[in-house]
Amino acid sequence: MIQIENVSKVYSSRHGQTKALENVSLHIPRGAVYGIIGLSGAGKSTLVRCLNLLEQPTGGRILIAGQDLTKVSGQTLRQARQKIGMIFQHFNLLQSRTVAGNIAFPLEIAGLSKTEITKRVNELLPLVGLAEKANAYPAELSGGQKQRVGIARALALKPDVLLCDEATSALDPQTTLSILNLVREINQTLGLTIVIITHEMKVIKEICTHVAVLHQSQIIETATVEDIFTKPQSTIAREFVASVFPNEMPEELLQAFANEAQSEILRVRFLGEKAARPIISELIRNSEVEINILYGSIDHLRTTLFGSLTLEMKGSSEQRQNAHEYLKSRELEVEVIQRGV
Amino acid sequence: MEFSLDPVYLGKLFDLLLPAVGETVYMVIAATFLAYVLGLPLGIFLVVSSPGHILPNPWVEKTLGTVINILRSAPFIILMVALIPITRSLVGTSIGTTAAIFPLVISTAPFVARIVETSLKEVSEGVIEAAMSMGASPWQIITKVLLPEAKASLVLGIAITTISVIGYTAMAGTVGGGGLGDLAIQYGYNRFRTDIMLLTIVVLVIIVQGVQSMGTAMARKVTHN
Repeated sequence: MIQIENVSKVYSSRHGQTKALENVSLHIPRGAVYGIIGLSGAGKSTLVRCLNLLEQPTGGRILIAGQDLTKVSGQTLRQARQKIGMIFQHFNLLQSRTVAGNIAFPLEIAGLSKTEITKRVNELLPLVGLAEKANAYPAELSGGQKQRVGIARALALKPDVLLCDEATSALDPQTTLSILNLVREINQTLGLTIVIITHEMKVIKEICTHVAVLHQSQIIETATVEDIFTKPQSTIAREFVASVFPNEMPEELLQAFANEAQSEILRVRFLGEKAARPIISELIRNSEVEINILYGSIDHLRTTLFGSLTLEMKGSSEQRQNAHEYLKSRELEVEVIQRGV
Repeated sequence: MEFSLDPVYLGKLFDLLLPAVGETVYMVIAATFLAYVLGLPLGIFLVVSSPGHILPNPWVEKTLGTVINILRSAPFIILMVALIPITRSLVGTSIGTTAAIFPLVISTAPFVARIVETSLKEVSEGVIEAAMSMGASPWQIITKVLLPEAKASLVLGIAITTISVIGYTAMAGTVGGGGLGDLAIQYGYNRFRTDIMLLTIVVLVIIVQGVQSMGTAMARKVTHN
């Protein structure tokens, strides 16, 4: 659906040049909820703004539904933008218009008739749960309600793509969840492709199907959301995962267990139906090792279960070898944190 | 002459004052309106041509800015005299209320351009960007985003402009432009009629207060934040 090919963005000023994006390439499949995560200043916002040409890339191509947006301008670009909805961190609603007026705005721009506009606005208001607030002004709304107006406005022209630029960063955790649920619903019912820019792994965990890690202007890792959580490759990705699943053992505790002979400390990550299996009891039965659960957590990724266990495993080297083979045969992600003597 | 409540005295005063108020109101409304006809588009051009805005054009911005600064540097009384030949060819005469409107407009339009510029610059970049992301054209952004979003500020700008035009019309009075300024000079100053001088000032104060209050009330009415 969206093809980003070798996109670069360099800002030139009197003080020299600043690279915001370096050779970024990404393929975003149709219907995906694609998260782009990175620390502040990584270039995330620049990247998402390149997708609808709010920023002109200095190199590379952006293809959306096969159309190269970097090659078009004027009226053609404006028409292409009408098929790309966008929501913003600070909502960017028109203060002088009511909720209904804000939702009508893109429809007016597209030149729809008054009756068509009224009809579409009346479809959208209940979709985002704001039927009661049609005549309220943005100043009278809460942050969550403002973002709902933003979403309705972005969906007004039935776009193929929805861009979310830190859409929940200004909201409290509760409201963030309700907005993310709404976005997930929209993805499922309307089937549109969603690109989410965020610095919060929680957002990725809740709704994304895919993720790309942007670090210092470059994409350093791309994966499905299951893979990023079970086997993050880069240090940054590991840090992001740890930010929502903080299963680091305290150093002193590790030290205490490490000195024992014939023992090792493992981290096992499991996903979906694997999380439901009695692996620990099977492990003990099969390889006759002793297991001591040091730390564990179970949570969800989108709608599937995701768990992580930190175990101390004791036994002869042969028994431990067997245990590793068993875990491998169950296709579990195992990381040896510390190996005893 | 001392101020008194003698009906004959009051009647005479009224006869002097009424046409002067009429002339001032006529000059102020006509000059402010025409200054906006010129100044509003200029202010819009100044904003949209600035760097990073919807139609960035350094050349347009610099040229307009310079012309506006030059016109604003000239003291009104000097500008009025300097414009006499043009006024005469446009209006047919350089004396009188209608003739005063032309220099008033030329002097006020650049002021309006700056006031409008300040108001439109208050519209958040984010909102403009949102409109662009929806495929709005520059014209749509001006008419549907910039002007409506800055409405309250623009209304206050009109009040400020009107009040400054009232001040200018008083100066126009010194060269035969008519109005309250003329009355104050002719009677109050040249003929030592302190009563008329004071009365003129009182009337001007009331007009200025009225305009400001009306502007503030209207601005509040169109504000939703």
